[in-house]
Amino acid sequence: MRKKSDIAQNSFGGRGDRIASYLIFAFSVAGVLLMAFILLFLAGNGLPVLKEVSIKDILFAFDWYPVEDPPALGMLPLIAGTVSATLLSSVMALPVAFLLAVFTAEIAPRRMRSGIKVLLELLGFIPSIVIGFLGMMVLAPWMQGALNIATGLNLLTTSILLGFLIIPLVASLSEEALSSVPYELRDASYALGATRWETIFKVVVPYALPGISSAALLGIMRALGETMIVLMVAGGAAIVPRSFFDPVRPLTSTIAAEMGETPVGSTHYHALFFAGLILLLITIAINLASYAIEKRGVRQ
Amino acid sequence: MSRTRQRRFCDRIMTAVFWFCGAALLVVIAAVAIFLFNRGWRVLSFEFLTQPPKDGMTTGGILTPLIGTIQLIIVAMLTALPVGIMTGLYFAEYATDNLFTKVLRISIRSLAGVPSVIFGLFGLSVFVVFMNFGSCLLSAGLTLGCLSLPLIVTVSEQAFLAVPQDYRDASYALGATKYQTVVKVLSPSAASTIITGVILAIGRVAGETAPIMFTGAAYFAPEIALSLFEQVMALPYHIYVLATSSTDVNATMPIQYGAILVLIGLVLGTSAIGVIARAKLSHRDGR
Repeated sequence: MRKKSDIAQNSFGGRGDRIASYLIFAFSVAGVLLMAFILLFLAGNGLPVLKEVSIKDILFAFDWYPVEDPPALGMLPLIAGTVSATLLSSVMALPVAFLLAVFTAEIAPRRMRSGIKVLLELLGFIPSIVIGFLGMMVLAPWMQGALNIATGLNLLTTSILLGFLIIPLVASLSEEALSSVPYELRDASYALGATRWETIFKVVVPYALPGISSAALLGIMRALGETMIVLMVAGGAAIVPRSFFDPVRPLTSTIAAEMGETPVGSTHYHALFFAGLILLLITIAINLASYAIEKRGVRQ
Repeated sequence: MSRTRQRRFCDRIMTAVFWFCGAALLVVIAAVAIFLFNRGWRVLSFEFLTQPPKDGMTTGGILTPLIGTIQLIIVAMLTALPVGIMTGLYFAEYATDNLFTKVLRISIRSLAGVPSVIFGLFGLSVFVVFMNFGSCLLSAGLTLGCLSLPLIVTVSEQAFLAVPQDYRDASYALGATKYQTVVKVLSPSAASTIITGVILAIGRVAGETAPIMFTGAAYFAPEIALSLFEQVMALPYHIYVLATSSTDVNATMPIQYGAILVLIGLVLGTSAIGVIARAKLSHRDGR
């Protein structure tokens, strides 16, 4: 963003100039309106479910049988599914992404670096349906046979695949953070006799930490909101998982799987929007946190 | 072992770990690429791309889903581009540091993080139900447009910011108004960067499945949609349908891998053009 003094005062532009700037302003309002409308429509369609079921029964009950009469709308298993898949995939993928970022930014030879950067960025564009498809057709049957478990469509498979989804994203964002560390800092560290690993670990990474944590949060957010992979691979059983090999049914896949067959305006319809609202609020919270971290990093 | 040797040893070990990690990435990518290509290349042919799915989607090609995906991209871009570029222009050239700018910036950032399935719910409640378009090309395209808006805003803002301040000063010195400066000086020099960004946005939109599932993607459509109010087949959703609810999994398996290859080719092809063009451009601008 430009500083106020950089912007030419357009007092001499006349009416045409003013109309143009109003027009651009009017178009820009669309971004705010869109976000507001998303919140509004999700809340408007989701909150009516509270008329029929209390919020305690939705958030803390264990039974999700939305099409029975009366419907049981306990979302605890769904929330547990979302949280467990997100946590497990983050625990597995974030360290790998971090290592890859450091490798690309600090260790790889200069020529290789730009190649890996392009590769990571392109990997980030791979549609999630492709990863889900590979998981369903290849990884899940293989896991089922190799580990001798009841079904390959489970929490662990899902988390591995989600990990593959977020590794390129987190790695390339962290790499940018690492690359933007000034070279003087590295030179100073080497001049003091530090080895490369010591320089990376004690100088470069701490300096880039705000950028890296913000990248990690964005990765977590991506895993949280991913739909197609969990829809195809998570197994879809609405239970609170007790082991890595239990199938789960996260919020996103519940919405995607059930929305198609739900009559508009039914309790089930509202409940699915309520699930969406929970998901949206979590992602907005994570997003604002990463924004705050980034801002603090810039100020330092 | 002396302390120095210990430190050197530690350095070597960590370097090896990092190299291992980089190599593992390349191996995994190569393995997946070879596997997919091996499974899918046999069905790839001119007929595969120009025939619609036949016999309950067990034979034939992927013409209708492919055209549907392109139609969705066109509708999405027609809605997102004007709004997105204008917003980027506002951020770069018009915004002052006031409350509205701050709210707008946070909104765009939040939009970028909204899960795609939420855009699907939004599209369903607004375009399909509230505006009563029904489940059709228009609703799905508009939903995808909303999804790609933050990406286009960010790209355009960076494109306008990258124009050197000297250009603006020179234009104002000649007596041009702000509007004339934007149209005649800034837009031409930012255009190429914006175009690469748009190509990247297309790559993103082409592979999205969750937002179109209940806003306009058809399980099966015999013909190419000729109006905005018809349902369309889309390549990613077609793959999902074949993989999860196909009547004869063995018969459709080659088609699935073929369709996956075409989708990857479409997405990575467009993204690669965008990424490489952007690298060239930033090289030219000396950034």
